[in-house]
Amino acid sequence: MSDDPRERIIICRCNDVTQKEIEDLIDQGITDIEMIKRITRIGMGPCQGRTCIPLVAGIIARKTGKKVEEINIPATRIPVRPVPMGVLVGDDDEE
Amino acid sequence: MMKSKVDFAIIGGGIIGLYTAYELVKRGVENIAVYEKKYLGSGSTFRCGTGIRQQFGDEANITMMKHAVEKWSTLGEEIGFPELKMSKTGYLFLLYDEKEVEQYRKNVALQNSHGVPSKIISAEEAREIVPSLDISEVIAAAWNPTDGKADPFVAVHGLATTLKNMGVEINEYTEVKEISVKDGAVEGVKTSKGNVKSDIVLNAANAWAKILNEKLGINIPIEPYKHQGIATEPIKKGEIKPMVVSFKHGGAYLTQESNGGVIGGIALKYGPTWDITPTYEFMREVSRNFSMIIPALKHVSIIRQWGGYYAETPDHNAAIGKIEEIEGYYLAAGFSGHGFMLAPSVAEGMADLITKGASNLPLSFYDPYRFQRGELREQAIQMG
Repeated sequence: MSDDPRERIIICRCNDVTQKEIEDLIDQGITDIEMIKRITRIGMGPCQGRTCIPLVAGIIARKTGKKVEEINIPATRIPVRPVPMGVLVGDDDEE
Repeated sequence: MMKSKVDFAIIGGGIIGLYTAYELVKRGVENIAVYEKKYLGSGSTFRCGTGIRQQFGDEANITMMKHAVEKWSTLGEEIGFPELKMSKTGYLFLLYDEKEVEQYRKNVALQNSHGVPSKIISAEEAREIVPSLDISEVIAAAWNPTDGKADPFVAVHGLATTLKNMGVEINEYTEVKEISVKDGAVEGVKTSKGNVKSDIVLNAANAWAKILNEKLGINIPIEPYKHQGIATEPIKKGEIKPMVVSFKHGGAYLTQESNGGVIGGIALKYGPTWDITPTYEFMREVSRNFSMIIPALKHVSIIRQWGGYYAETPDHNAAIGKIEEIEGYYLAAGFSGHGFMLAPSVAEGMADLITKGASNLPLSFYDPYRFQRGELREQAIQMG
């Protein structure tokens, strides 16, 4: 384990992305949340970005001097929460 | 500050535009700029099914794809981006009736004659490749182990990083509104951030290519259709290694991503339309078809669904080449769902066409003027 505490701060729990990974991308000039999302897969896990997207927007704002309101949040995809295929087909009931 | 004069303007920051820029730089072309109206890859590249296959039913697409696989296999190393790797996990077409088998035997023979090692295998052999398949109605399968997939996000990120290091100007959130023409020759592009002079313009805007063409009085039929994809929660890695395809199940294609999630889609499409809102009908139909192909998927949850465009032409083959009416104007668009996989060959072909006047690849198959001559190609094998 490195001494950099940012490697121990998990921003995206679904896809296990640390604060350092996000900040390294921003330091490389990747400041668009759409691109950060696709490179790290933040916001693409089962929680649909509920935890990580606001945190990432905050990091971008802090590091680039933008306001959080200026950062366009990526589209929220359906389904709102994970749904088994069997339920969608009608064969299975959700517990 | 965006340059006001370049030597080469590329409209579209998807895989086609970026890869073509890369091939041009390799040929010594300088002062290239790319214009993307949103973020890189946002059009079709980032919404694609990630598949790369040589199992087509015609000579041109097989030749283009065989070459593309060679290039996909080495691109990551070449640009110093080792995480960009094509996974050669194969494509498995499930066949359910004799007529389908007969057609695929012909395709396989044609593919073999071009050095693609595809073959017809039994249903049991198919199940050895993907143990969770329901093969009760499968009578055979077409299998090619050298097909596969790659990550479009990594591909775009890798190429864009390389291009920036090579001095290519990449302009995101910069929409080309119009191509300016003077005395029958390209003069430049008018963008949302100002006008740029350029003697050569490549329209790689795929679904939007037609809008720019029509402003110049050029009519090449490319229409936007809404297609969709889904991703599931991760399951045990290696369960569904290849891209599994079943035309019997609504043109379904599905595979597992490197994180273990299943991604794929079916051929249910809407359009022509600019609306790409995901539909419940698609989610239900994809679930129904996927769980018939692999029954255990019933217990797997969908976590994401998205829409994207197939920029479709009447024969589902792209329109690639020089636009004869306007000096310095080139088109590579209308990929009908195959742009990501074809990109390395299209880029090489375009770069050779532009810098040397000709390419060894069968680009004439994609002649943009075939539609007005009424010479449609046999429809490319297309699913999703």
